[in-house]
Amino acid sequence: MKQDKTTLGSITHFDFEAKIVVLDEQIEELRALSSAKGIAYATEIRQLQNERVASLKQIYSNLTAWQTVQVARHPQRPLFGDYLELMIKDFHELHGDRCFGDDQAIVTGMGQIARNKVMIIGQSKGRDTKERIARNFGSPNPEGYRKALLKMKFAEKFGLPVVTFIDTPGAYPGIGAEERGQAQAIAVNLAEMSRLKVPIICICIGEGGSGGALGIGVGDRMAMLEFAYYSVISPEGCAAILWRDGSYAAEAAAALKLTAKDLSKLGLIDAIIPEPVGGAHRNIHDTVYNVESYVATTLAQLKRTPLEDLLKKRYQKWRRLGTEFTVHGGDQPTFEQLELPAKPSGTRSEQTTTRM
Amino acid sequence: MPAKIESKTAKSKWNGYSLKPRKEMPDGLWMRCGKCERMLYKSTVRNNLNVCPECNHHFRCDSDVRISTLVDEGSFQEILPDLRSSDPLSFAFRGTTYKKRAEADVKASGQLEALRAGRAFVKGRGVALTVMEPNFLMGSMGAVVGEKFCATVDLAVEASLPLVAVCASGGARMHEGVVSLGQMAKTAAALARFSDLGGLFITVLTHPTAGGVTASFGMLGDVTLAEPEAMIAFAGRRTIAETIRVELPESFQTSEFLLEHGFVDMIVPRSQLRSEIARLIDYCRK
Repeated sequence: MKQDKTTLGSITHFDFEAKIVVLDEQIEELRALSSAKGIAYATEIRQLQNERVASLKQIYSNLTAWQTVQVARHPQRPLFGDYLELMIKDFHELHGDRCFGDDQAIVTGMGQIARNKVMIIGQSKGRDTKERIARNFGSPNPEGYRKALLKMKFAEKFGLPVVTFIDTPGAYPGIGAEERGQAQAIAVNLAEMSRLKVPIICICIGEGGSGGALGIGVGDRMAMLEFAYYSVISPEGCAAILWRDGSYAAEAAAALKLTAKDLSKLGLIDAIIPEPVGGAHRNIHDTVYNVESYVATTLAQLKRTPLEDLLKKRYQKWRRLGTEFTVHGGDQPTFEQLELPAKPSGTRSEQTTTRM
Repeated sequence: MPAKIESKTAKSKWNGYSLKPRKEMPDGLWMRCGKCERMLYKSTVRNNLNVCPECNHHFRCDSDVRISTLVDEGSFQEILPDLRSSDPLSFAFRGTTYKKRAEADVKASGQLEALRAGRAFVKGRGVALTVMEPNFLMGSMGAVVGEKFCATVDLAVEASLPLVAVCASGGARMHEGVVSLGQMAKTAAALARFSDLGGLFITVLTHPTAGGVTASFGMLGDVTLAEPEAMIAFAGRRTIAETIRVELPESFQTSEFLLEHGFVDMIVPRSQLRSEIARLIDYCRK
């Protein structure tokens, strides 16, 4: 719990962590006493610390969906910038989409992860107010997606695997974004990533906000940190539409099945990367280490796979997505059973009606 | 062929004081145009391809009307008509469930899902066709829509047909969570392969097309057509207005707006859609 000592007091606590706050206070008190009066409270402190770890474990293994969303949005949660600093060696940022501008919400560049040269693409929210505004709170504009695609195409040309870090509340809903084709930018990314001729690993490290996340989230592997979330709509947005009241966000979060555990049950993600006790924000180094080892092993696997297999598997993975959740309501013929009607040859005039 | 309201009817309803047609009309016979506010005889509108004969306003089309106005009579052969969602999340909200809502919309729209797919002929040209049903859960895209769309792409590949997709959708279906989000990638992947194999894909964006559908197959057409004055968007108008707190201009996110910004090839009135699609197919035939 070294990390805790250094950040103690500065960590923002959630309501559901009330017990931890009490324990922290008790530990602090004993420490103050022992240093002031010279009485050794080491055993008591250790006992309390054990208790603290146990209750943290207990709390974090029983988080509700809404609590998970809150953890994923924790102000001290490691952001893409932390991964860049701690995990990626020799990072060279590449800017701009060559069309409109350089979107700060998506950072792209070359670097090394566990001695693998890779192209890194990550959504960056920013830590302080100034950076947050510059990075638009992690909500990319179309130029961000176009920049990501441009760098991916570059990576494809030189055989660099692509690793993407997803952490966005969603693609930015603004006038400029619509004018410059937010929908088109995302759509093109989906199509191009599905056939990019290098391995792609996508990792959701915090918020996976709908199409904004998917725009850099199509690949061979999709992993999620334990307390990240990935959803088709923000819980608040869903509550506002279906419950007609944004304050039902907790209910909406539960209904949307947006946690890593639920998504893995649904077969939508390939791996859950564990977080340290008490969430990623309590121990950034361990979190980054876990992500790094996942990327390293997965990259090794994907690099061994022949490209043709890789692309076929990627296509199949996405093509099959959701098929298991469709059922035939009656005895009507399925697509395979259906006979293709013969192509009309020389019957154009018969087929053409004169209605218009 | 703008048919006018039959003068006989209008005369008999004249109350002697006002020349305006009476406002209270029997339900089911008359409708009001949302744009020019004229009272219109429903069958006149229907015979006019669901377009206002007075001001040329394009009314929203359900899938039946769309198919009957787009393809050669009786040529539509549907695939997977009975495919339904198994409710992957067991989604429940506000005292109701996704299943119940879907059931209610089956009754309201007469369709089992938000997308109908199959093959058909447009002016004698064979096409693989998908048409969305805006009255079924806002035409939203869930697992079934994605699956049917991809099956239609497969059909187009197999029979080497051009693919025509008529979009009318509120976006991804949140009742299916990330499963519905994944359909964006699924349809895009199928279209990427289709494009690699040299297939022609024509999208027709109609009122309303938004969210996950615009951001996937809606915007991936080799040729993108749009109906006049259709709302085509990524984020909803209200979401944008709430985020940036600015009053948005009337023309924002219309077909004309998209044309101006370069995201639509052409705006085609409904009456010319058939001939335009046929022409495009003829140009792209190898």
